[in-house]
Amino acid sequence: MSAVLDNPIHDEHEHHGPPKGIARWLFTTNHKDIGSMYLWFSFAMFLIGGCMALTIRAELFQPGLQLVEPEFFNQMTTMHGLIMVFGAVMPAFVGLANWLIPMMVGAPDMALPRMNNWSFWILPFAFGLLLSTLFMEGGGPNFGWTFYAPLSTTYAPDTVTYFIFGVHMMGISSIMGAINVVATILNMRAPGMTLMKMPLFVWTWLITAFLLIAVMPVLAGVVTMMLMDVHFGTSFFDAAGGGDPVLFQHVFWFFGHPEVYIMILPAFGVVSQIIPTFSRKPLFGYHSMVYAVASIAILSFIVWAHHMFTVGMPLFGELFFMYATMLIAVPTGVKVFNWVTTMFRGSLTFEAPMLFSIAFVILFTIGGFSGLMLAIAPSDFQYHDTYFVVAHFHYVLVPGAIFGIFAAVYYWLPKWCGNMYSETLAKWHFWMSFVGMNLAFFPMHFLGLAGMPRRIPDYALQFADFNSISSVGAFTFGATQLLFLYLVIQAIRSGKPATDQVWEGAEGLEWTIPSPAPYHTFSTPPEIK
Amino acid sequence: MGHQGQNRRTIAKSVIAVVAMFGFGFALVPLYDVFCEVTGLNGKTRGQYSEAEAGKQQVDESRRVRVQFIANNNESMPWEFRPVEFQIKVHPGAMAEVNYYAKNPTSKRMIAQAVPSLSPSEGTGYFHKTECFCFTSQTLEPGEEVLMPLRFVVDQALPDHLSTLTLSYTLFDQTEALLDVETENKNELAVR
Amino acid sequence: MRSRLGLGALSLLLSAFYAADVSAEYGVNMTRGVTDISHSVYDLHMTIFWICVAIGVVVFGVMFYSIFKHRKSKGAVASNFHDNTTVEILWTIVPAIILIVMAIPATTVLIDMYDTSDADVDIKITGYQWKWRYEYLGQDVNFFSSLSTPKDEIYNAAQKNENYLLEVDNALVVPINKKIRFLVTANDVIHSWWVPDFAVKRDAIPGFINESWTRINEPGIYRGQCTELCGKDHGFMPVVVRAVEQAEYDDWIIQKQEQAKAAAALAALTFTLEEQMQRGEEVYLKTCAACHQPNGAGIPPAFPALKGSDIALNDIQKHIEVVVDGIAGSAMQAYGDQLSDVDIAAVVTYERNAWGNDTGENISAADVVDYRNK
Repeated sequence: MSAVLDNPIHDEHEHHGPPKGIARWLFTTNHKDIGSMYLWFSFAMFLIGGCMALTIRAELFQPGLQLVEPEFFNQMTTMHGLIMVFGAVMPAFVGLANWLIPMMVGAPDMALPRMNNWSFWILPFAFGLLLSTLFMEGGGPNFGWTFYAPLSTTYAPDTVTYFIFGVHMMGISSIMGAINVVATILNMRAPGMTLMKMPLFVWTWLITAFLLIAVMPVLAGVVTMMLMDVHFGTSFFDAAGGGDPVLFQHVFWFFGHPEVYIMILPAFGVVSQIIPTFSRKPLFGYHSMVYAVASIAILSFIVWAHHMFTVGMPLFGELFFMYATMLIAVPTGVKVFNWVTTMFRGSLTFEAPMLFSIAFVILFTIGGFSGLMLAIAPSDFQYHDTYFVVAHFHYVLVPGAIFGIFAAVYYWLPKWCGNMYSETLAKWHFWMSFVGMNLAFFPMHFLGLAGMPRRIPDYALQFADFNSISSVGAFTFGATQLLFLYLVIQAIRSGKPATDQVWEGAEGLEWTIPSPAPYHTFSTPPEIK
Repeated sequence: MGHQGQNRRTIAKSVIAVVAMFGFGFALVPLYDVFCEVTGLNGKTRGQYSEAEAGKQQVDESRRVRVQFIANNNESMPWEFRPVEFQIKVHPGAMAEVNYYAKNPTSKRMIAQAVPSLSPSEGTGYFHKTECFCFTSQTLEPGEEVLMPLRFVVDQALPDHLSTLTLSYTLFDQTEALLDVETENKNELAVR
Repeated sequence: MRSRLGLGALSLLLSAFYAADVSAEYGVNMTRGVTDISHSVYDLHMTIFWICVAIGVVVFGVMFYSIFKHRKSKGAVASNFHDNTTVEILWTIVPAIILIVMAIPATTVLIDMYDTSDADVDIKITGYQWKWRYEYLGQDVNFFSSLSTPKDEIYNAAQKNENYLLEVDNALVVPINKKIRFLVTANDVIHSWWVPDFAVKRDAIPGFINESWTRINEPGIYRGQCTELCGKDHGFMPVVVRAVEQAEYDDWIIQKQEQAKAAAALAALTFTLEEQMQRGEEVYLKTCAACHQPNGAGIPPAFPALKGSDIALNDIQKHIEVVVDGIAGSAMQAYGDQLSDVDIAAVVTYERNAWGNDTGENISAADVVDYRNK
């Protein structure tokens, strides 16, 4: 451990730029380099997970089995979920944290730079291992990203062991990343940067990091129990030996529900930075925003069983989890009201980051509404495990987490690379994504309500029309992301130079340093007024 | 820089939290069992109830409760397994005895474990078994058949709105898991 | 230009929401169903939906008002307010009150759903990979119900029929206007039994029993599906329930009981190889082909080939044993419990003579009975 605690600043790098070549990336301890690597890695995973989604949507374009067999279809749904959750969304937020948190709190780097390097470089191996299972005998994991026992233990393909090690590795990476964020925020703030002066992005990440430290070990625990059941003859989840498959679901969702907020809280932070900038008006209700995020995080620990209303819990259990879940609507509502009020009587412009943020607020709220409907236990008996649920969580994750990430990239890219992106192409990217995404996911509400279960490779004829529409939307959304790749590369290579402040209404320490941000920033702590 | 000490403390606290939460994941297993026992969450009936306790129950002649018996075989369990009677009516507080029939039709010696489950789960706290074939695993020789007894008492305090209790047993094949243990034990004895 | 696009998007969303209500018959909304409980659930669903729409109209209304009126291009100047305790307390309390209003009917419906007492008919439902088994408790009626859609329709070699993927060989038959209690469990992995028209969805968990109930108001055929991922053919294990008048139900029960007796009598007869092959093929396609494939090639390594396999060509006793007792720790179930002796004899005969496994052997029901009695 002591290596990690070494002086966080590399003296030999103090006065010049980074070394050249591959070694720069392999051994870097610079938060900006590591942030960039996280973001590129997550984008690569986003494309891979996206291709899996398109495989699913292509098979579902028409009733009947055309392209893939059910066995492979199940591997695609499973891997799509795992890759998007652990490979795309979470690393993208860690990448943003790396780039932004030190610059926002006036620190020279992350608190634990060597550990930072490790936590990134574990990821390619974790996902390499996970993806390689697709090419092994018996195929990859096919039990859904929620991997319910006994389908994932007694009845799993042999590759489940690799899956478990993959999850362990990405868990270790996340935990190290979270510890780093906590240490940076608690210990590295510039003098005068009190907790209640921190930008909301920093606040949301601090709370996210605490959630990660609390629940990633539980995920590690549950996959360890699986490993023991599969290989060492224990029966944690096997009824024959006195275990209980329902226990798996309780432990999994004890991790799983906070995990949902891990994927959305940093996006709350991003949007809370961007909306004030383009409204040219301070964020409304900063304090209540902080308290709302904290209460959402705390509530996330007592609502897990709303994912399992149909397992046969006793009445009082159903009622407790129903009420607790409904309660989450209150702080979430506060956040939405605050964003809208921030825009109210502002002076609004609609550059790409703002467009993505506004779409975030609207579409995330729609996802929130369907979430509220799902919280109502008696109705949930009809919604549970149908496409209504698929629509719900894609509405909170795609225009929620993913749009939040896009907004962040457009907003800070000029600071990162020193060049502006093409606003025209970005608007195309936004509108194509917006239309594609709604086309893909809105009809899923109808499919679910009409009775289509999730995770099925083929469906009854009455579901055909909406499935076709959804597939068209999915391919539109997917193809549009190549435009995003193109315009980011274009901005980096040949965009117009950006000013230091970049955006007219932007406030915060990161806008006081030159564009592009120098390799080392805030080696001397800034003055906070 | 003065952050080193602070960072070390943050790491130490975080690592303790991580280890504690990893442990908590495992602690959820016994916690869940306790929670289930208190609430009847998953319909798992409790362990053995003493005859002495059962004797202390007041027989409630004023009402009768329907108790139903179900038998299930888990996957690739070839035994014949069924309750002798499908349902009986009992007074709360009174002892009752029923039998399950089992036969091993295969040509191998087999070991099975019966796993009980009671529905509605609210009733689990009021269903006391003084003798049950589910307390231990059952071994049957090839072709052997057996009547397995179950003695129980329904608690006098059973809430009025519970008029039917359904007890289900699922038979799991434990031959592979337990036969090794059995042979090992025998080998040990032989050595001694 | 931008604003018009934004407006278009909003109206698209709102009209989509609206469409959800008015065109229930086009399959965009939850079914009202045919039980009192399903009606309550539907009403609850619509109430919550309209509350959400109302909140959405207010919030998005304010938002779009700002987007149009307070844009810089129209010369809007930003004000500087950033706190208002009264407003903030208000919009914490008002939603909380709305939630309480939602929670009251939700609680009432849930309590109704949980009252399984005093049932007239008890049916045990067991989920298998990938079919359902129904047992009428105390009635000696028990049968399997599996998908009857032909493979050709699934693989687009034939026109798909109206009830594609929602049809079974043996439907569950129940009387109307009677309280029917379902006891749900599973044989292997977790399944979930769902009929939208009853608003009944219960997970089937191996080793545990779950219960639910329904009272159907109208006769008819009601279709549902398994809703918990349970492996390869999760999408191919529908639920079909036929609700009939009490008298018709009573006749059906008697008929089923007689069929069981007749099947036992059938075991005493002998059949020619040709008859066996015909019956065997039917059983094989229904029961075995999902894994071992219609051409007997299997999907190795999980589902081995039967074509040219050592057991199917040589060891008759082992062959019967595998079918009757299954193979522990593998996907091969024990079919001794699921198929009659006649069907087992036929399918074993079929497997030993189809796809070039030309052993010429004819296995009789008596052989199976012999094996069972050993």
